[in-house]
Amino acid sequence: MTLTQDGAHSSVDAPAQKRGMNLTLRIWRQKDPSVKGKMVTYKVTDISPDMSFLEMLDVLNEQLIMQGDDPVAFDHDCREGICGMCGVMINGEAHGPQQTTTCQLHMRSFKDGDKIDIEPWRASPFPVIKDLAVDRRAFDRIIQAGGYISVPTGTAPEAHATPVPKKDSDAAFDAATCIGCGACVAACPNASSMLFTAAKVTHLGLLPQGQPERDDRVVNMIAQQDLEGFGGCTNIGECSHACPKGISMETISRLNHDLLGALRAGARPKS
Amino acid sequence: MAKTNSVFKKAVMAVSGIIMVLYLIAHVVGNLKAFSGREAFNSYSGWIRTVGNPAVPGETTLWIIRIVLLVAVVAHVWAAVSLWRQAKRARPEGYVTKKSAAQSYASRTMRWGGVIVLAFIIFHILDLTLGTVNAEGFDSTPYDRLVASFSNPVVTAFYAISVILLGMHLRHGIWSATQTLGQSNRRRETTVNLFALGFATVLTLGFLLVPFSVLFNIID
Repeated sequence: MTLTQDGAHSSVDAPAQKRGMNLTLRIWRQKDPSVKGKMVTYKVTDISPDMSFLEMLDVLNEQLIMQGDDPVAFDHDCREGICGMCGVMINGEAHGPQQTTTCQLHMRSFKDGDKIDIEPWRASPFPVIKDLAVDRRAFDRIIQAGGYISVPTGTAPEAHATPVPKKDSDAAFDAATCIGCGACVAACPNASSMLFTAAKVTHLGLLPQGQPERDDRVVNMIAQQDLEGFGGCTNIGECSHACPKGISMETISRLNHDLLGALRAGARPKS
Repeated sequence: MAKTNSVFKKAVMAVSGIIMVLYLIAHVVGNLKAFSGREAFNSYSGWIRTVGNPAVPGETTLWIIRIVLLVAVVAHVWAAVSLWRQAKRARPEGYVTKKSAAQSYASRTMRWGGVIVLAFIIFHILDLTLGTVNAEGFDSTPYDRLVASFSNPVVTAFYAISVILLGMHLRHGIWSATQTLGQSNRRRETTVNLFALGFATVLTLGFLLVPFSVLFNIID
């Protein structure tokens, strides 16, 4: 049997091509932060398995607009899995059943007749703006508290002047893939932002450029994280499992190590 | 602020937890003395009260251990309650649908399991150390109190449930403490978790041995 015959055989067999899926969606609708929201049931028909999850929501929204209803608000931007804007709870899992962003989740992960619950990230530091869109500026404030390096602007320095061991640069890059989508907070039973903060602390703390502010960074970022009202980390691992970039629990251990060392060295948060 | 941040509280939990685990190892070893008979068990119990004599008077060593443990328990509970409340505040409104993908069963029992274990410890001290709730009363020997207590299936059942909860508490706690104190990494993760599981299992079985031996009249 040849490959071509195999391919031909399977394409004849595959019944997926002719029709789409019919789905029942239960979506969190909330007009604005001041009112109470509730789950509302919608039906969508003829959904192609090749659509992304957000495209499926686009289909629903077109339907709602045609009916004169208010479309479902959800955040999105690049739809390439790199910006971190999109993200909803899908059947109780952050970004749904695949370890990816909501925009890169495709409807082939579901089957005809499925009921899908869609909710916003739930954490008091992430208040709902409308429906599925939440305000994630708390993350920006954590970054402002220390997720940066202070370098004078000007000509880029000669790259070979600062050698970085391969092992460190790999680990720093792994942590730097964090797109700040908030899935870690959403999935955490404590609504902790520890994995996010740990990714930033790891990413900068492993590189030579991050050393001068290393102690202050971790102390200030944790202080801000607590101030924003995130929960504490209990090392359960839901965050890492939900993370579309697969940031590991190792980063959290590294943050803890840095923080305890910084406190011993006398570093204290700015205020 | 610096000393009250969530990571510092976790470190307090980890260190106080380690102190209690070290005590538990000594405790389980002592328990197994019950298999050496009444005399050996009672004299071991007497020795605990006179360790360090005559360099230090009376029960000095025992009281130092008791005070350290009490401080550890209070610190552990303070940090736990504080973090529990912080987590509650962080998600006042739960999900309609929530799946847990990575959470171990042990990690789910940490908070209520901890409360039950604390309640058990209070009963356990009233029962076997002070004897106030023991059938043999407070003026009996430790061995008699042990036998009287665990001959009652209800007491043995409460003991067993608490010790199993304690085992699960340690299974997650040892891993969590390693993370909290910044001693874990990707390479060590599996080893730490296997050690936590193995240690918790051995300790739990060690604790279960004596009460069930009493219940089934192997010790009487």
